[in-house]
Amino acid sequence: MSSEEPNLQRRASSRKSVTFTDERVVVDADGSVTMVATPNDDTKETAMSHTPRTPPLSAALGAFTDASQAPANGAADGADTNPDGLDLSLMKKKKKKVKKEDGEGGDAADAAGGEEAIDLSMKKKKKKKVPKEDDEFSKKLEALNLEGGNGAEAAAEEDAQEGDMDKGTGIWGHDETRIISYNPLLSRFFALLAQKNPDHASSGTRSYKIPPPQCLREGNKKTIFANLPEICKRMKRAEEHVTAYLLAELGTSGSVDANRRLAIKGRFQQKQIENVLRTYIIEYVTCKTCRSPNTDLSKGENRLYFITCNSCGSRRSVQAIKTGFSAQVGKRKKMQG
Amino acid sequence: MSGEIEIQNLKSRDPFAEADEDSGQTTQTQEYIHIRIQQRNGRKTLTTVQGIPAKFDHKKILKVIKKEFACNGTIISDTESKGLGEVIQLQGDHRIKIRDFLINEETGLGLDEKTIKIHGF
Repeated sequence: MSSEEPNLQRRASSRKSVTFTDERVVVDADGSVTMVATPNDDTKETAMSHTPRTPPLSAALGAFTDASQAPANGAADGADTNPDGLDLSLMKKKKKKVKKEDGEGGDAADAAGGEEAIDLSMKKKKKKKVPKEDDEFSKKLEALNLEGGNGAEAAAEEDAQEGDMDKGTGIWGHDETRIISYNPLLSRFFALLAQKNPDHASSGTRSYKIPPPQCLREGNKKTIFANLPEICKRMKRAEEHVTAYLLAELGTSGSVDANRRLAIKGRFQQKQIENVLRTYIIEYVTCKTCRSPNTDLSKGENRLYFITCNSCGSRRSVQAIKTGFSAQVGKRKKMQG
Repeated sequence: MSGEIEIQNLKSRDPFAEADEDSGQTTQTQEYIHIRIQQRNGRKTLTTVQGIPAKFDHKKILKVIKKEFACNGTIISDTESKGLGEVIQLQGDHRIKIRDFLINEETGLGLDEKTIKIHGF
């Protein structure tokens, strides 16, 4: 997560730059007056002709900005809570329901924030920026007109290949023969990706939440992990598997009691169990390809365990749980007797 | 581009080589160095290091570690019963320190960090 954060930010910034070009053209579309006032521009005419072809421009823009802003938010959240993106820390307090509500509330707030952001950006584009850009643009256009039609094209090339791909202006023009450089193509790819399936970006960065483990002390030497069934249900994993992993990692033995609670030998705090669960989730729950926790663990051929991702369809094998070396602790008499 | 791909495909490839690679990966997973922790009575713990390559002298390593971490320790050879090889066992929680020792190129063994797995809480 932490390593990806700069990436995301960079991507977001690049998208913003793309949206910036969008804004200009939006201005054009709205303020068609400028275009009427300053004719003689080939590219602008193509823009006009192309605009009707992409009707839901504002919607697309909304999705666009949403997608670019959502991952940034998510990244910030993730950085706050956890490098792994597994949000256990939020839920450390003892009452579950309150926490869950908190989490959902946070999510809802996030979502609302995203929507608001969309609204704001839309407003900005339509209301605030129109007059300013109008002036600038008309000035530019006038200057270009003074130079002549050829000058306009040259300037367009100098402008580092600008243009709105939604409208097909600039380099994205239908009959444009210039070679498009890599960066605009890349940003177009991401823009289209986010536009066509907006749920990708949002679902990818949402942190995975499971209820915190409840640890009770039984006597002096045993720890009871009370809500193991609940957590297993949440992760969609067999209790035996989780139990085996926990015991192997902690290097102890344990048993499941009548209430399906796990009694672990040794003293363990909630935080420690949490850490082990986190590694379990990283290893056996999250999809390595798309990081989605929506996966199934099944025993494939050859007695190997396979994780199948339900969101991206990837399938990979995972290591079997091995206990490894465990030193003999305690008195030798017990061992022999 | 397509030409390159064709050339790649034309290469006579041994189908078993890939299998070997796969098994190589699995052996690599076996070559992991596992650092584990075990609870003893009270606050006391044991750290066990399993899978240090045989090219190193375990006795010497133990000697250095014992001095550096100021703890006692022993080598347990578990070769016959479980096939785990020699395991270094130290008194106390030295997981982070021993990982740093294994990674360190000057004063340690200079091993790859990816081959080391720390278990436990």
